[in-house]
Amino acid sequence: MSAVVVATESCHLNSGCGFPAPSADIFFLQPYATINFFGMDFTISKAVILVLAVVIIVVGFFLAAARPQKMVPGKLQSLGEQSFLFVRDQIAREVIGKDGDRFVPFLASLFFFVWISNLMGVIPGAQFPIMSSLAFPVSLTLMVYVTYIFLGMKHQGPLKFFTNAAFPPGVPKVMYVLLTPLELLGLLVTRPVTQAIRLFANMFAGHLLITTFTVGAYYLLSPSLIGALGSATSFTVTVVLTGFEMFIQGLQAFIFTLLTAVYIGGSLHAEH
Amino acid sequence: MSVLAEVTGSLGSIGYGLAAIGPGVGIGIIFGNGVQAIARQPESYGVIRQNMILGFALTEALALIGFVVPFVFGK
Repeated sequence: MSAVVVATESCHLNSGCGFPAPSADIFFLQPYATINFFGMDFTISKAVILVLAVVIIVVGFFLAAARPQKMVPGKLQSLGEQSFLFVRDQIAREVIGKDGDRFVPFLASLFFFVWISNLMGVIPGAQFPIMSSLAFPVSLTLMVYVTYIFLGMKHQGPLKFFTNAAFPPGVPKVMYVLLTPLELLGLLVTRPVTQAIRLFANMFAGHLLITTFTVGAYYLLSPSLIGALGSATSFTVTVVLTGFEMFIQGLQAFIFTLLTAVYIGGSLHAEH
Repeated sequence: MSVLAEVTGSLGSIGYGLAAIGPGVGIGIIFGNGVQAIARQPESYGVIRQNMILGFALTEALALIGFVVPFVFGK
């Protein structure tokens, strides 16, 4: 039973069928086509098309904003500069410091890619937050993971990076028995896992919540007092939740980038 | 061994409810203390907000893992 059933069978409050609560099935999209590419199957589904659209939007926006570089910026160039400076001032400089300026292009691309991907969850027609498919946050996180491990090994020395992380200074020697496994586990496993899960789960939960109330509004719609009131309430909640979800989407993109900056900053300088 | 008591129904929901208690308390503490810190020192708003959001993100991950696990391992 899924949201599709409601739409097709016109399942309402007093028509004898129970509430068809949306389940995790709504995140498994129908593939449009499968392309065999060097022995690997690539499935083209809505998520893939949306990801390509997001790439085109983000790249196109920044290219268009940067192309005619004038002394007195126009509206588009101003917006592009403001977006870029937001990431530089709020994330890179605040967290990493002056060294952070080198990473602003990386962080800005991450932020805007994640944000616009999330925003696809509420844009009519698209309405699928790309990051609610675990594969996308995982690939982004792997990129970040490789980046900060590489930077750490480059700036602190290949072995020193791990010993610095495993033996934080200013701790009684006995505590290392407890602390070292935890620190190494945190550096190598917990960090990437939580970073991916956080983004995924937020988008997953938010989309499921909105879908539940949307289906609820349709299901409750029936010629009775409780049906009309319930449907109206459910629809209002949907609208309010959509607004809240847009806030969460921006916040999660910000947090994802902020954590990336924190990890990169931690790799550049050992803790003292 | 005879079963004396049994819990049936949507155990995933119960599990999530239990999993949300800890992070709920934690997020409350983070934002409570964050607001207090901003009230005491409004000039360091930027740094406090940064760390507040960071702490919130780290705490919230626990609740979200609790939310996702029933879907993944629930079957």
